[in-house]
Amino acid sequence: MIDLSRLAAMQIRDGIADHLFTAREVAEAALGRIGALDAQVHAFNQVTAELAYAAAGRIDDAVASDVVLPPLAGVPVGIKDNMNLVGTRTTCSSRILENYESAYNCTAVSRLLDAGAIPVGKCNMDEFAFGSSTENSAFGPTRNPWDLERVPGGSSGGSAAAVSAGMAAITLGSDTGGSIRQPGSLTGTVALKPTYGRVSRYGCVAFASSLDQIGPFAKTVEECALALNAISGKDPMDATSVNRPTEDFTAGLVDGVAGLRVGIVTDLLEAEGCDGVVQASVRAAAETFAALGAEVGEVELPSTAHGLSAYYIIGPAEASSNLARFDGIRYGHRVSGADDVLDLYMRSRAEGFGPETIRRVMLGTYALSAGYYDAYYGQAQKARTLIKRDFEAAFERYDVLLTPTSPTVAFKIGEKSSDPLAMYLSDIYTIPVNLAGNCAVSVPSGSCPASGLPIGLQIIGTHFDEATVLRAAAAFEEAVGFDTTPPLVREVR
Amino acid sequence: MAISEEQVRHVALLARLALTDEEVARFGDDLNSILSHIDTIQQLDLADVPPTAHALDVVNETRADEVKPCFTRDEALANAPEAAEGAFVIPRIVGGGEEG
Repeated sequence: MIDLSRLAAMQIRDGIADHLFTAREVAEAALGRIGALDAQVHAFNQVTAELAYAAAGRIDDAVASDVVLPPLAGVPVGIKDNMNLVGTRTTCSSRILENYESAYNCTAVSRLLDAGAIPVGKCNMDEFAFGSSTENSAFGPTRNPWDLERVPGGSSGGSAAAVSAGMAAITLGSDTGGSIRQPGSLTGTVALKPTYGRVSRYGCVAFASSLDQIGPFAKTVEECALALNAISGKDPMDATSVNRPTEDFTAGLVDGVAGLRVGIVTDLLEAEGCDGVVQASVRAAAETFAALGAEVGEVELPSTAHGLSAYYIIGPAEASSNLARFDGIRYGHRVSGADDVLDLYMRSRAEGFGPETIRRVMLGTYALSAGYYDAYYGQAQKARTLIKRDFEAAFERYDVLLTPTSPTVAFKIGEKSSDPLAMYLSDIYTIPVNLAGNCAVSVPSGSCPASGLPIGLQIIGTHFDEATVLRAAAAFEEAVGFDTTPPLVREVR
Repeated sequence: MAISEEQVRHVALLARLALTDEEVARFGDDLNSILSHIDTIQQLDLADVPPTAHALDVVNETRADEVKPCFTRDEALANAPEAAEGAFVIPRIVGGGEEG
């Protein structure tokens, strides 16, 4: 039997079009893999077999009537559980939304399904996307398919693990400070944060509205490019989505990197807390680019030293405002026997939110409160300007920038969960990109010799230059030849 | 700047979060630990730097003011913990026994 759940999206679509197998068989294979492995991995909060078979049926009907298949026909996809899909709950892995039924479709999800994709489930995450390990889920942590004792990263850890374990070919995540790229790095998957404004966020539960962006995970750069083709573009329902000419992000993937100006960000690479194996892998990546004909040089982004501070003011400030909507009245958890409306609000929220959510809402409320606004929020927005300028200067000299995606490989479950600050440091390389609004991809650059755990390279591009970032990633991917199959999957094959 | 227990309670009220005494102490410690790291940003001289609220230079967008399909009342109420007669039910917020 063909291992359908290990085929790339392009092969799935073409195989269905050529009558090698049916969309229903693909759905069965993906759901079968979920059935075999998800009790261990817990990538999914909800498996949507009915929706998957219905979508597969439509594809098989199209094949029977000789209709030209859309680009993602029959491709099994998973959706982070902060994006609405009618017929599913959208829980944000929070008790407060445990029973929330999606009232409408998220635009990015609709577009993926309109391209023929088959939805297999809603992926686990850190509650409201607050975290870097997926341990902050109210429904239990997701485990890394490379080592079940370790985290898959976060907050889109379920989406990353689902792709890594072959439960879906493509998944959607959201990235506010690294929540797509960091789990991509820790699970050996390709993970793309598009430019701010490239993809509509309509129907994705908001965390920090000036930073949030939806993007794909996949095993290959080409599949990420296909997914971006499907989900990008102006949406009248999200005023921050930008109207740009349609691009085929797969078109330039084979063009190579000869003459491409590649800058290795030395001050970030040498930052305290970055593992030696990670530094070595990024330096080796720079040599790979040079060998492929790129012009490799060095650059510094000194203002990014303030990125973490700015992010942990701006992110929580915006989150505290966005999460004000969870009031126990219009939707979500509500306490019984409230004395009055204030008591209803206060106890419903305290019961419904987990500890990290309370921490961030408190931090953001404090940073915005009377007497502290200028010292924190105002100062953070100015620091954001400096970071943006650093990137602008660097992109005058280079087409793409290289950093590690994460300072470490996947860490043990529980290792950082009692120290919020240690967890926050997981995102020092990814946060500045969100603050500046740039695009970036994490692509596997190798594995740790001692543990075999994957390491990710972050390739950063300027605003709306996903085409160059993906082209660089595709050339690098081919040169490195990383085997994205984790041991867990090798065992079941 | 360290945040006092009284400030933690004030912030919790502003954020509409009912915290126990134990949580006030714990989240107060957490906030102080995080703020001690974040506070470095206050040492930056940024007097002449304009703030960035949005990464792209996007200006306000407008659209035609047209009536379009939207949720029905039942759809809007579908996820309400308590609804009656086409409305959200909340505890009494005015009066209280002696209506005037």
